[in-house]
Amino acid sequence: MSQITDAPRRSSLQGATLPKWTPWAIAAGSVALGLGISAAAGLDSKIQWGLMAAVFFVIASYGVAARVEGPRQAKDRVATSLVWVAFLLAVVPLVSLIWVTVKRGVKVLDGYFLTHSMGLITDTEPGGGIYHAILGTLEQVAIATVISVPIGVLTAIYLVEYGRGRLAKAVTFFVDVMTGIPSIVAGLFVLSFWIIILDMGYSGFAGSMALTILMLPVIVRSTEEMLKLVPNELREASLALGVPKWRTIMKVVLPTSIGGITTGVMLAIARITGETAPVLLLVWGSSFINTNPFEDPQASLPMYIYLQYANSGGSGAAYDRAWAAALTLIAFVMILNLAARGIARWKAPKTGR
Amino acid sequence: MAKRIDISGLNAYYGSFRAIEDISMAIEPRSVTAFIGPSGCGKSTFLRTLNRMHEVTPGGRVEGKVMLDDENLYGAGIDPVSVRREVGMVFQRPNPFPTMSVYDNVAAGLRLNGNYKKSELSDIVEKSLKGANLWNEVKDRLNKPGSGLSGGQQQRLCIARAIAVEPKVLLMDEPCSALDPISTLAIEDLIGELKERFTIVIVTHNMQQAARVSDRTAFFNLSAVGQPGKLIEIDDTERIFSNPSVQATEDYISGRFG
Ligand SMILES: Nc1ncnc2c1ncn2[C@@H]1O[C@H](COP(=O)(O)OP(=O)(O)OP(=O)(O)O)[C@@H](O)[C@H]1O
Ligand SMILES: [Mg+2]
Repeated sequence: MSQITDAPRRSSLQGATLPKWTPWAIAAGSVALGLGISAAAGLDSKIQWGLMAAVFFVIASYGVAARVEGPRQAKDRVATSLVWVAFLLAVVPLVSLIWVTVKRGVKVLDGYFLTHSMGLITDTEPGGGIYHAILGTLEQVAIATVISVPIGVLTAIYLVEYGRGRLAKAVTFFVDVMTGIPSIVAGLFVLSFWIIILDMGYSGFAGSMALTILMLPVIVRSTEEMLKLVPNELREASLALGVPKWRTIMKVVLPTSIGGITTGVMLAIARITGETAPVLLLVWGSSFINTNPFEDPQASLPMYIYLQYANSGGSGAAYDRAWAAALTLIAFVMILNLAARGIARWKAPKTGR
Repeated sequence: MAKRIDISGLNAYYGSFRAIEDISMAIEPRSVTAFIGPSGCGKSTFLRTLNRMHEVTPGGRVEGKVMLDDENLYGAGIDPVSVRREVGMVFQRPNPFPTMSVYDNVAAGLRLNGNYKKSELSDIVEKSLKGANLWNEVKDRLNKPGSGLSGGQQQRLCIARAIAVEPKVLLMDEPCSALDPISTLAIEDLIGELKERFTIVIVTHNMQQAARVSDRTAFFNLSAVGQPGKLIEIDDTERIFSNPSVQATEDYISGRFG
């Protein structure tokens, strides 16, 4: 039918496109230009050439794309490059933080460091380890988790499945308020109540109570969101089979959302693991191994980091220990995050054959 | 096994809004009754009052009497959970439990209610899947997730799940509206078989379907948007589709309305 014998013509749907490597080339050019200008002007801050390169990258992407591909594609490229720049701006501090921590932390981080306490070693001497702090952190966080997970999950179930009217509104309000409590205030509250009024001593458990106050609203909120994601149809399907409401919640609603709930719990744990202020007020700190969280001061990782830094009078050995403890803390939180993702994926409602 | 339903003076509300007004009718055992009528006239609402699912909706409230044989479902001391074990329901959109396998979905009603003998469970699952015309398609993948089936298979899975608990009455709210003609046919055949054992009520927007599967047809209408829906007439399906006694029914069935 077609009579066209000319060389293949461009169809109306096809436009000129820049090759795939263009953004990379533009990025490389922008970085080179930024470095060149700052070398010429004698600027020595990485931030300056980085920001210049980012600006050049956005402008050059627009210019090149506008020339070759047309204005609509150029705008598209600008939007894309802005997103990339924003992404890099967000990631650079994170990566550099991890980089610095790893670089400084690995100096003294070894098996000995992880399995020994400070004991009688003073803060200015080299040696010692963080075993007592790891133990303290694990125990305090575990107690806080054991207390707040059941309360938090049950509160969320009440709010989503049963809560109507005044009481539910009041609970929601208090959860909101609790979300905003600064950790030092939670610490002071437990301090005045538990230690000053009830005259109990400093202990890991006192710290756990403050951590519970911080953890509880996070768990309630995240669990609430996860329960709301469970489609109403599933609840109705179960009720229509003659299953009582509480069994429907236990056997249908919770299993459907358990992955998300676990993720929320893990993230809440990760968040309180690094809390320093309440631990400082309530657990007091110790250089010795104290396996009993209910009696006598304990150590904990964030507090250990702070004390090594604050009490050592600038001793290099103490700084090295502080960085190594920080690295351990970050690694612990990362492992928790990975575990949360793993569980979320493993427990997600299944599809496929 | 199948039971007769006698409804008298039934009103259903959402908060202060009355969705259906003063409905009275009788639904015969071992027959298929179809509900037809324009969108929003309260068919689903009415259907859900028949197994006390209406009150699950926030603000849902019912007045009137629904007699299942000789028991009033809305009488004092009646447990809605036991009512729902007698009166099963299949929803418009297939809703298998996503965390459960095909087998577990069918077994769900029995397991969650806790009244079954372990040795009988797999027989009941097989019987229900056969009853829902699904056995041959899923017998090799009973342990695979139920949400991995096609839409039509999922809907038949939901029917199998509903009949596994041996209800006396089966309510179906537009069970075929999301399905292709072949799956629809499979479900219609199934309804024809199920009516030997159950009392079946089906809501449908498909006139041919109502004509094909039902013995009795009820036509609902509403006078205006925001007004409660009413039962216009209920009669033998043949009569409704050939020679209805109310003009509005004939207009609706033949596509003349408004
Ligand atoms: N959850 C609800 N809250 C408030 N009003 C509702 C609710 N569900 C339904 N209604 C109202 O009740 C009336 C009847 O609705 P219903 O769903 O029973 O109609 P229907 O006949 O099933 O319609 P369709 O054929 O579209 O499914 C409508 O006016 C609708 O707006
Ligand atoms: Mg409906």
